[in-house]
Amino acid sequence: MTTLHRLTTPLTESSIKALRSGDRALLTGTIYTARDAAHKRLIELMEKGEELPVNLKDQIIYYVGPCPAGPGQVIGSAGPTTAYRMDPFTPAMFAYGVKGVIGKGPRREYVKEACASYGAVYFAGIGGASALLAKAVKKVEIVAYEDLGTEAIRLLNVEDFPLIAAYDTHGGDIFAEEIPKYNTLPQG
Amino acid sequence: MRTIDVARITEAVSLLCREACIDLPPDVLNALQEAEAKEKSPMGKHVISTLVENAGLAAAERMPCCHDTGLAVVFMEIGQDVHLAGGYLHEAIQKGVRDGYEKGYLRKSVVEDPLIRINTGDNTPAVLHTEIVPGEEIKITVLPKGGGSENMSALKFLLPGDGVDGIKNFVLKTVQEAGGKACPPLVVGVGIGGTFDHVAYLAKRALLRDIGDHNPKPHLAQLEKDLLDLINQTGIGPQGLGGTSTALWVAVESHATHITALPVAVNLQCHAARKKTRVI
Repeated sequence: MTTLHRLTTPLTESSIKALRSGDRALLTGTIYTARDAAHKRLIELMEKGEELPVNLKDQIIYYVGPCPAGPGQVIGSAGPTTAYRMDPFTPAMFAYGVKGVIGKGPRREYVKEACASYGAVYFAGIGGASALLAKAVKKVEIVAYEDLGTEAIRLLNVEDFPLIAAYDTHGGDIFAEEIPKYNTLPQG
Repeated sequence: MRTIDVARITEAVSLLCREACIDLPPDVLNALQEAEAKEKSPMGKHVISTLVENAGLAAAERMPCCHDTGLAVVFMEIGQDVHLAGGYLHEAIQKGVRDGYEKGYLRKSVVEDPLIRINTGDNTPAVLHTEIVPGEEIKITVLPKGGGSENMSALKFLLPGDGVDGIKNFVLKTVQEAGGKACPPLVVGVGIGGTFDHVAYLAKRALLRDIGDHNPKPHLAQLEKDLLDLINQTGIGPQGLGGTSTALWVAVESHATHITALPVAVNLQCHAARKKTRVI
Protein backbone atom coordinates (compact mmCIF):
# COMPACT_ATOMS: atom_id res chain seq x y z
CA MET A 1 0.00 0.00 0.00
CA THR A 2 1.40 3.41 -0.89
CA THR A 3 1.87 6.10 1.72
CA LEU A 4 -0.16 9.31 1.58
CA HIS A 5 1.81 12.39 2.62
CA ARG A 6 0.28 15.72 3.60
CA LEU A 7 2.70 18.35 2.33
CA THR A 8 2.76 22.09 2.89
CA THR A 9 5.05 24.63 1.23
CA PRO A 10 7.83 25.45 1.59
CA LEU A 11 8.79 21.78 1.70
CA THR A 12 11.10 20.93 4.60
CA GLU A 13 14.16 18.80 4.04
CA SER A 14 12.68 16.04 6.17
CA SER A 15 9.37 16.00 4.27
CA ILE A 16 11.28 15.80 0.98
CA LYS A 17 13.47 12.95 2.22
CA ALA A 18 10.43 11.06 3.52
CA LEU A 19 8.94 10.83 0.02
CA ARG A 20 9.53 7.57 -1.80
CA SER A 21 8.76 6.90 -5.46
CA GLY A 22 5.19 5.61 -5.73
CA ASP A 23 3.98 7.52 -2.67
CA ARG A 24 0.96 9.77 -3.04
CA ALA A 25 0.78 13.26 -1.58
CA LEU A 26 -1.69 16.10 -1.10
CA LEU A 27 -0.01 19.47 -1.34
CA THR A 28 -1.25 22.69 0.23
CA GLY A 29 0.45 26.05 -0.21
CA THR A 30 1.98 27.93 -3.12
CA ILE A 31 3.47 26.69 -6.38
CA TYR A 32 4.76 28.48 -9.46
CA THR A 33 3.84 27.56 -13.04
CA ALA A 34 6.48 27.51 -15.76
CA ARG A 35 6.84 25.48 -18.93
CA ASP A 36 8.84 25.55 -22.17
CA ALA A 37 8.98 29.27 -22.99
CA ALA A 38 9.35 30.49 -19.36
CA HIS A 39 12.12 27.96 -18.67
CA LYS A 40 14.02 29.17 -21.71
CA ARG A 41 13.93 32.75 -20.40
CA LEU A 42 14.81 31.78 -16.81
CA ILE A 43 17.82 29.75 -17.89
CA GLU A 44 19.04 32.57 -20.14
CA LEU A 45 18.97 34.91 -17.14
CA MET A 46 20.81 32.39 -14.97
CA GLU A 47 23.49 31.94 -17.62
CA LYS A 48 24.01 35.70 -17.73
CA GLY A 49 24.18 35.76 -13.93
CA GLU A 50 21.14 38.03 -13.73
CA GLU A 51 18.38 37.95 -11.16
CA LEU A 52 15.19 36.01 -11.94
CA PRO A 53 11.86 37.90 -12.02
CA VAL A 54 10.61 35.66 -9.19
CA ASN A 55 12.51 34.02 -6.36
CA LEU A 56 12.11 30.30 -6.98
CA LYS A 57 14.50 29.12 -4.26
CA ASP A 58 12.94 26.29 -2.20
CA GLN A 59 9.83 26.48 -4.41
CA ILE A 60 7.90 23.96 -6.50
CA ILE A 61 7.43 24.45 -10.25
CA TYR A 62 4.33 23.10 -11.96
CA TYR A 63 4.70 22.43 -15.69
CA VAL A 64 1.28 23.61 -16.84
CA GLY A 65 -0.37 25.83 -19.42
CA PRO A 66 -3.90 26.36 -18.13
CA CYS A 67 -7.07 27.10 -20.08
CA PRO A 68 -8.51 30.60 -19.60
CA ALA A 69 -10.77 30.89 -16.54
CA GLY A 70 -14.47 30.86 -17.39
CA PRO A 71 -17.02 33.03 -15.59
CA GLY A 72 -16.78 32.46 -11.84
CA GLN A 73 -13.68 30.26 -12.11
CA VAL A 74 -10.31 30.84 -10.44
CA ILE A 75 -8.48 29.11 -13.28
CA GLY A 76 -9.44 27.05 -16.32
CA SER A 77 -8.57 23.36 -16.66
CA ALA A 78 -4.97 22.93 -15.56
CA GLY A 79 -3.28 19.52 -15.75
CA PRO A 80 0.44 18.72 -15.97
CA THR A 81 2.22 18.80 -19.33
CA THR A 82 4.82 16.27 -20.50
CA ALA A 83 7.88 16.81 -18.32
CA TYR A 84 10.72 15.56 -20.54
CA ARG A 85 10.62 18.74 -22.64
CA MET A 86 11.93 20.57 -19.56
CA ASP A 87 14.74 18.03 -18.98
CA PRO A 88 17.57 20.18 -20.37
CA PHE A 89 16.66 22.97 -17.90
CA THR A 90 15.92 20.89 -14.80
CA PRO A 91 19.36 20.20 -13.29
CA ALA A 92 20.12 23.95 -13.47
CA MET A 93 16.80 24.73 -11.77
CA PHE A 94 17.63 22.28 -8.97
CA ALA A 95 21.15 23.73 -8.67
CA TYR A 96 19.54 27.16 -8.29
CA GLY A 97 17.38 25.87 -5.43
CA VAL A 98 14.05 24.60 -6.80
CA LYS A 99 12.95 21.69 -4.58
CA GLY A 100 10.22 20.06 -6.59
CA VAL A 101 8.74 19.94 -10.08
CA ILE A 102 5.35 18.64 -11.23
CA GLY A 103 4.76 17.17 -14.67
CA LYS A 104 3.86 13.90 -16.32
CA GLY A 105 5.71 11.02 -17.93
CA PRO A 106 9.21 9.58 -17.66
CA ARG A 107 12.30 11.77 -18.04
CA ARG A 108 15.97 11.39 -18.91
CA GLU A 109 18.29 9.54 -16.56
CA TYR A 110 20.16 12.74 -15.66
CA VAL A 111 16.99 14.28 -14.19
CA LYS A 112 16.62 11.30 -11.88
CA GLU A 113 20.26 11.67 -10.87
CA ALA A 114 19.78 15.42 -10.30
CA CYS A 115 16.86 14.68 -7.95
CA ALA A 116 19.18 12.56 -5.82
CA SER A 117 22.17 14.91 -5.92
CA TYR A 118 20.21 18.14 -5.24
CA GLY A 119 17.63 16.65 -2.85
CA ALA A 120 14.67 17.49 -5.08
CA VAL A 121 11.57 15.56 -6.12
CA TYR A 122 9.88 15.04 -9.47
CA PHE A 123 6.17 14.64 -8.88
CA ALA A 124 3.84 13.16 -11.48
CA GLY A 125 0.43 14.73 -11.61
CA ILE A 126 -2.32 12.85 -13.41
CA GLY A 127 -2.16 14.03 -17.00
CA GLY A 128 -5.56 14.90 -18.38
CA ALA A 129 -7.28 15.19 -15.00
CA SER A 130 -7.28 18.90 -15.74
CA ALA A 131 -10.77 19.89 -14.57
CA LEU A 132 -10.29 18.11 -11.25
CA LEU A 133 -6.84 19.64 -10.68
CA ALA A 134 -8.18 23.12 -11.43
CA LYS A 135 -10.54 22.71 -8.47
CA ALA A 136 -7.57 22.38 -6.11
CA VAL A 137 -6.35 25.83 -7.18
CA LYS A 138 -7.79 28.52 -4.93
CA LYS A 139 -5.99 31.65 -6.13
CA VAL A 140 -3.97 32.67 -9.18
CA GLU A 141 -1.69 35.60 -9.84
CA ILE A 142 0.48 36.22 -12.91
CA VAL A 143 3.92 37.12 -11.56
CA ALA A 144 6.13 37.19 -14.69
CA TYR A 145 6.15 36.97 -18.48
CA GLU A 146 2.51 37.90 -19.00
CA ASP A 147 3.23 38.17 -22.73
CA LEU A 148 3.58 34.38 -22.85
CA GLY A 149 -0.16 33.94 -22.30
CA THR A 150 -0.86 30.42 -21.08
CA GLU A 151 2.92 29.98 -20.62
CA ALA A 152 3.30 32.96 -18.24
CA ILE A 153 4.66 32.34 -14.73
CA ARG A 154 1.73 32.19 -12.31
CA LEU A 155 1.70 31.88 -8.55
CA LEU A 156 -0.96 29.37 -7.55
CA ASN A 157 -2.42 28.81 -4.09
CA VAL A 158 -3.43 25.17 -3.91
CA GLU A 159 -5.28 23.04 -1.39
CA ASP A 160 -4.85 19.27 -1.28
CA PHE A 161 -3.36 19.19 -4.77
CA PRO A 162 -2.92 15.46 -5.57
CA LEU A 163 0.59 14.29 -6.53
CA ILE A 164 2.53 11.07 -7.00
CA ALA A 165 6.26 10.96 -6.18
CA ALA A 166 7.88 9.78 -9.42
CA TYR A 167 11.63 10.38 -8.80
CA ASP A 168 12.59 10.72 -5.14
CA THR A 169 15.79 11.94 -3.48
CA HIS A 170 17.05 8.37 -3.00
CA GLY A 171 17.26 7.39 -6.68
CA GLY A 172 13.76 5.86 -6.73
CA ASP A 173 11.93 5.83 -10.09
CA ILE A 174 8.27 4.82 -10.24
CA PHE A 175 8.40 4.11 -13.98
CA ALA A 176 11.40 1.77 -13.79
CA GLU A 177 10.03 0.07 -10.68
CA GLU A 178 6.40 -0.45 -11.71
CA ILE A 179 6.35 -1.13 -15.48
CA PRO A 180 8.38 -4.40 -15.36
CA LYS A 181 5.90 -5.81 -12.80
CA TYR A 182 3.16 -5.75 -15.42
CA ASN A 183 5.23 -6.50 -18.54
CA THR A 184 4.10 -9.90 -19.85
CA LEU A 185 5.46 -9.60 -23.41
CA PRO A 186 7.16 -12.73 -24.68
CA GLN A 187 10.94 -12.17 -24.54
CA GLY A 188 12.91 -11.59 -27.74
CA MET B 1 -28.16 20.55 -55.96
CA ARG B 2 -28.44 21.98 -52.45
CA THR B 3 -27.12 25.40 -51.44
CA ILE B 4 -25.61 25.71 -47.97
CA ASP B 5 -24.50 29.03 -46.48
CA VAL B 6 -20.98 28.79 -45.06
CA ALA B 7 -22.21 30.62 -41.94
CA ARG B 8 -23.85 27.33 -40.96
CA ILE B 9 -20.46 25.65 -41.20
CA THR B 10 -18.86 28.33 -39.01
CA GLU B 11 -21.59 27.88 -36.42
CA ALA B 12 -21.28 24.09 -36.48
CA VAL B 13 -17.47 24.15 -36.15
CA SER B 14 -17.66 26.60 -33.23
CA LEU B 15 -20.07 24.34 -31.34
CA LEU B 16 -18.15 21.18 -32.21
CA CYS B 17 -14.89 22.64 -30.84
CA ARG B 18 -16.55 23.43 -27.52
CA GLU B 19 -18.50 20.19 -27.19
CA ALA B 20 -15.52 18.06 -28.22
CA CYS B 21 -13.22 19.65 -25.62
CA ILE B 22 -15.71 19.42 -22.76
CA ASP B 23 -17.50 16.10 -23.19
CA LEU B 24 -15.42 12.97 -23.44
CA PRO B 25 -17.13 10.81 -26.12
CA PRO B 26 -19.37 8.06 -24.62
CA ASP B 27 -17.32 5.26 -26.26
CA VAL B 28 -14.14 6.58 -24.61
CA LEU B 29 -15.75 7.04 -21.19
CA ASN B 30 -17.16 3.54 -21.41
CA ALA B 31 -13.76 2.12 -22.39
CA LEU B 32 -12.12 3.91 -19.44
CA GLN B 33 -14.68 2.45 -17.04
CA GLU B 34 -14.06 -1.04 -18.44
CA ALA B 35 -10.30 -0.51 -18.13
CA GLU B 36 -10.71 0.63 -14.53
CA ALA B 37 -12.51 -2.62 -13.68
CA LYS B 38 -9.84 -4.76 -15.36
CA GLU B 39 -6.70 -2.85 -14.32
CA LYS B 40 -4.36 -4.95 -12.15
CA SER B 41 -2.15 -2.17 -10.76
CA PRO B 42 -3.61 -0.30 -7.74
CA MET B 43 -1.96 2.93 -8.93
CA GLY B 44 -3.29 2.30 -12.44
CA LYS B 45 -6.79 1.83 -11.06
CA HIS B 46 -6.44 5.04 -9.05
CA VAL B 47 -5.35 6.93 -12.17
CA ILE B 48 -8.24 5.69 -14.31
CA SER B 49 -10.82 6.30 -11.59
CA THR B 50 -9.49 9.87 -11.31
CA LEU B 51 -9.88 10.30 -15.08
CA VAL B 52 -13.47 9.03 -14.96
CA GLU B 53 -14.23 11.43 -12.11
CA ASN B 54 -12.56 14.24 -14.06
CA ALA B 55 -14.70 13.55 -17.14
CA GLY B 56 -17.85 13.77 -15.01
CA LEU B 57 -16.74 17.02 -13.40
CA ALA B 58 -15.80 18.57 -16.76
CA ALA B 59 -19.20 17.71 -18.21
CA ALA B 60 -21.06 19.01 -15.15
CA GLU B 61 -19.09 22.27 -14.92
CA ARG B 62 -18.89 22.72 -18.71
CA MET B 63 -15.12 23.05 -18.63
CA PRO B 64 -12.53 21.32 -20.84
CA CYS B 65 -11.76 17.78 -19.64
CA CYS B 66 -8.09 18.36 -20.53
CA HIS B 67 -6.25 21.69 -20.49
CA ASP B 68 -4.57 20.82 -23.80
CA THR B 69 -7.51 21.58 -26.03
CA GLY B 70 -5.25 20.84 -28.94
CA LEU B 71 -4.77 21.91 -32.47
CA ALA B 72 -8.20 21.59 -34.10
CA VAL B 73 -8.16 18.98 -36.84
CA VAL B 74 -11.30 19.30 -38.94
CA PHE B 75 -12.48 16.49 -41.21
CA MET B 76 -15.16 17.27 -43.78
CA GLU B 77 -17.06 15.00 -46.11
CA ILE B 78 -18.70 17.28 -48.63
CA GLY B 79 -21.43 15.91 -50.85
CA GLN B 80 -20.66 16.70 -54.49
CA ASP B 81 -24.19 18.06 -54.99
CA VAL B 82 -23.65 20.76 -52.38
CA HIS B 83 -23.10 24.35 -53.45
CA LEU B 84 -21.41 26.49 -50.80
CA ALA B 85 -22.55 30.11 -50.70
CA GLY B 86 -21.88 33.23 -48.67
CA GLY B 87 -18.07 33.00 -48.45
CA TYR B 88 -15.06 30.73 -48.69
CA LEU B 89 -15.00 27.37 -46.97
CA HIS B 90 -11.50 27.71 -45.48
CA GLU B 91 -12.32 31.09 -43.95
CA ALA B 92 -15.61 29.76 -42.56
CA ILE B 93 -13.77 26.91 -40.82
CA GLN B 94 -11.11 29.18 -39.28
CA LYS B 95 -13.80 31.58 -38.11
CA GLY B 96 -15.62 28.70 -36.44
CA VAL B 97 -12.46 27.55 -34.65
CA ARG B 98 -11.65 31.09 -33.52
CA ASP B 99 -15.20 31.55 -32.19
CA GLY B 100 -15.36 28.16 -30.49
CA TYR B 101 -12.02 28.47 -28.71
CA GLU B 102 -12.87 31.98 -27.53
CA LYS B 103 -16.42 31.31 -26.33
CA GLY B 104 -15.49 27.96 -24.82
CA TYR B 105 -12.57 29.35 -22.75
CA LEU B 106 -10.38 26.78 -24.50
CA ARG B 107 -6.61 27.07 -24.49
CA LYS B 108 -4.97 28.68 -27.50
CA SER B 109 -2.14 26.30 -28.35
CA VAL B 110 -1.06 27.25 -31.88
CA VAL B 111 2.16 29.07 -32.84
CA GLU B 112 2.14 30.80 -36.22
CA ASP B 113 5.61 29.83 -37.38
CA PRO B 114 7.16 26.58 -36.11
CA LEU B 115 10.57 28.26 -35.68
CA ILE B 116 9.64 31.79 -34.56
CA ARG B 117 6.91 30.35 -32.29
CA ILE B 118 4.58 33.23 -31.55
CA ASN B 119 1.12 32.17 -30.39
CA THR B 120 -1.60 33.16 -32.87
CA GLY B 121 -3.85 33.88 -29.88
CA ASP B 122 -7.01 32.33 -31.31
CA ASN B 123 -6.00 28.70 -31.96
CA THR B 124 -6.16 29.16 -35.72
CA PRO B 125 -5.25 27.96 -38.22
CA ALA B 126 -6.92 24.57 -37.92
CA VAL B 127 -5.79 21.65 -40.06
CA LEU B 128 -8.52 20.83 -42.57
CA HIS B 129 -9.06 17.57 -44.44
CA THR B 130 -11.80 17.54 -47.07
CA GLU B 131 -13.18 14.64 -49.06
CA ILE B 132 -15.73 14.95 -51.83
CA VAL B 133 -18.38 12.25 -51.46
CA PRO B 134 -21.70 11.44 -53.18
CA GLY B 135 -24.83 13.22 -51.95
CA GLU B 136 -25.87 16.67 -50.78
CA GLU B 137 -24.89 16.70 -47.14
CA ILE B 138 -21.84 17.91 -45.27
CA LYS B 139 -20.37 15.87 -42.42
CA ILE B 140 -18.02 17.76 -40.14
CA THR B 141 -15.88 16.19 -37.42
CA VAL B 142 -13.67 18.19 -35.08
CA LEU B 143 -10.83 16.27 -33.45
CA PRO B 144 -8.90 18.51 -31.02
CA LYS B 145 -5.44 16.93 -31.04
CA GLY B 146 -3.25 17.33 -27.98
CA GLY B 147 0.50 17.74 -28.23
CA GLY B 148 1.73 15.10 -25.77
CA SER B 149 0.52 12.15 -27.80
CA GLU B 150 1.00 13.74 -31.23
CA ASN B 151 4.69 14.34 -30.42
CA MET B 152 5.22 10.62 -29.87
CA SER B 153 3.70 9.53 -33.18
CA ALA B 154 5.89 7.94 -35.88
CA LEU B 155 6.07 6.95 -39.54
CA LYS B 156 8.26 4.37 -41.22
CA PHE B 157 8.65 2.63 -44.55
CA LEU B 158 8.96 -1.08 -43.84
CA LEU B 159 9.96 -3.61 -46.46
CA PRO B 160 7.06 -5.53 -48.00
CA GLY B 161 8.70 -8.70 -46.67
CA ASP B 162 8.52 -7.34 -43.10
CA GLY B 163 4.78 -8.06 -43.22
CA VAL B 164 2.51 -8.27 -40.20
CA ASP B 165 5.36 -9.01 -37.77
CA GLY B 166 7.23 -5.93 -38.92
CA ILE B 167 4.13 -3.80 -38.40
CA LYS B 168 3.58 -5.22 -34.91
CA ASN B 169 7.19 -4.53 -33.94
CA PHE B 170 7.05 -0.95 -35.19
CA VAL B 171 3.75 -0.15 -33.45
CA LEU B 172 4.96 -1.73 -30.22
CA LYS B 173 8.27 0.14 -30.36
CA THR B 174 6.45 3.44 -30.93
CA VAL B 175 4.16 2.85 -27.93
CA GLN B 176 7.06 1.77 -25.71
CA GLU B 177 9.19 4.77 -26.61
CA ALA B 178 6.23 7.04 -25.85
CA GLY B 179 5.58 5.38 -22.47
CA GLY B 180 3.87 7.76 -20.05
CA LYS B 181 4.69 10.80 -22.19
CA ALA B 182 1.72 10.23 -24.52
CA CYS B 183 -0.82 10.04 -21.64
CA PRO B 184 -1.89 6.40 -21.74
CA PRO B 185 -4.27 4.60 -21.78
CA LEU B 186 -4.05 5.41 -25.48
CA VAL B 187 -6.12 5.08 -28.57
CA VAL B 188 -3.70 4.01 -31.30
CA GLY B 189 -4.39 4.92 -34.92
CA VAL B 190 -2.41 2.90 -37.45
CA GLY B 191 -2.19 3.67 -41.17
CA ILE B 192 -0.83 1.04 -43.55
CA GLY B 193 -0.15 1.56 -47.28
CA GLY B 194 -0.63 4.45 -49.66
CA THR B 195 2.19 6.99 -49.94
CA PHE B 196 4.30 9.01 -47.46
CA ASP B 197 1.62 11.69 -47.08
CA HIS B 198 -1.41 9.41 -47.29
CA VAL B 199 -0.30 6.89 -44.68
CA ALA B 200 -0.13 9.61 -42.01
CA TYR B 201 -3.61 10.74 -42.99
CA LEU B 202 -4.88 7.16 -42.66
CA ALA B 203 -3.46 6.91 -39.13
CA LYS B 204 -5.17 10.16 -38.15
CA ARG B 205 -8.44 9.15 -39.79
CA ALA B 206 -8.35 5.85 -37.87
CA LEU B 207 -8.84 7.93 -34.71
CA LEU B 208 -12.30 8.92 -35.96
CA ARG B 209 -13.61 5.38 -35.53
CA ASP B 210 -15.51 4.69 -32.32
CA ILE B 211 -13.95 2.34 -29.81
CA GLY B 212 -15.52 -1.05 -30.46
CA ASP B 213 -15.77 -0.62 -34.25
CA HIS B 214 -13.26 -2.92 -35.91
CA ASN B 215 -11.96 -2.54 -39.46
CA PRO B 216 -14.43 -4.35 -41.76
CA LYS B 217 -11.58 -6.38 -43.33
CA PRO B 218 -11.15 -9.52 -41.17
CA HIS B 219 -7.34 -9.63 -41.39
CA LEU B 220 -7.10 -5.99 -40.28
CA ALA B 221 -9.64 -6.53 -37.48
CA GLN B 222 -7.42 -9.41 -36.32
CA LEU B 223 -4.37 -7.14 -36.48
CA GLU B 224 -6.22 -4.58 -34.33
CA LYS B 225 -6.98 -7.23 -31.70
CA ASP B 226 -3.43 -8.61 -31.75
CA LEU B 227 -1.91 -5.14 -31.43
CA LEU B 228 -4.20 -4.23 -28.52
CA ASP B 229 -3.20 -7.42 -26.69
CA LEU B 230 0.50 -6.79 -27.29
CA ILE B 231 0.34 -3.14 -26.23
CA ASN B 232 -1.45 -4.08 -23.03
CA GLN B 233 1.32 -6.57 -22.25
CA THR B 234 4.00 -3.86 -22.21
CA GLY B 235 3.26 -3.01 -18.57
CA ILE B 236 3.37 0.75 -19.28
CA GLY B 237 -0.11 1.24 -17.82
CA PRO B 238 -2.12 4.39 -17.10
CA GLN B 239 0.14 7.48 -17.22
CA GLY B 240 3.11 5.14 -17.62
CA LEU B 241 3.04 4.35 -13.90
CA GLY B 242 2.76 0.61 -14.57
CA GLY B 243 -0.27 -1.53 -15.26
CA THR B 244 -2.29 -3.54 -17.72
CA SER B 245 -4.24 -0.72 -19.42
CA THR B 246 -1.83 0.90 -21.86
CA ALA B 247 -4.30 1.21 -24.73
CA LEU B 248 -8.07 1.37 -24.85
CA TRP B 249 -8.24 0.63 -28.57
CA VAL B 250 -6.27 0.16 -31.78
CA ALA B 251 -7.79 1.19 -35.13
CA VAL B 252 -6.12 0.26 -38.43
CA GLU B 253 -6.86 1.89 -41.79
CA SER B 254 -5.27 0.75 -45.02
CA HIS B 255 -4.90 1.84 -48.65
CA ALA B 256 -3.45 0.35 -51.81
CA THR B 257 0.28 0.95 -52.10
CA HIS B 258 3.27 0.67 -54.45
CA ILE B 259 4.76 -2.74 -55.29
CA THR B 260 8.00 -1.82 -53.50
CA ALA B 261 6.49 -0.32 -50.35
CA LEU B 262 4.97 -1.00 -46.93
CA PRO B 263 4.52 2.41 -45.29
CA VAL B 264 3.21 2.40 -41.69
CA ALA B 265 2.17 5.40 -39.60
CA VAL B 266 1.29 5.31 -35.91
CA ASN B 267 -0.73 8.24 -34.59
CA LEU B 268 -1.00 8.10 -30.82
CA GLN B 269 -4.01 9.61 -29.14
CA CYS B 270 -4.17 10.21 -25.39
CA HIS B 271 -7.00 8.97 -23.16
CA ALA B 272 -8.78 12.28 -23.81
CA ALA B 273 -9.65 10.87 -27.25
CA ARG B 274 -11.96 13.71 -28.17
CA LYS B 275 -14.00 13.98 -31.32
CA LYS B 276 -17.41 15.31 -32.24
CA THR B 277 -19.41 15.08 -35.47
CA ARG B 278 -22.31 16.98 -36.97
CA VAL B 279 -24.12 16.56 -40.30
CA ILE B 280 -25.56 19.55 -42.14
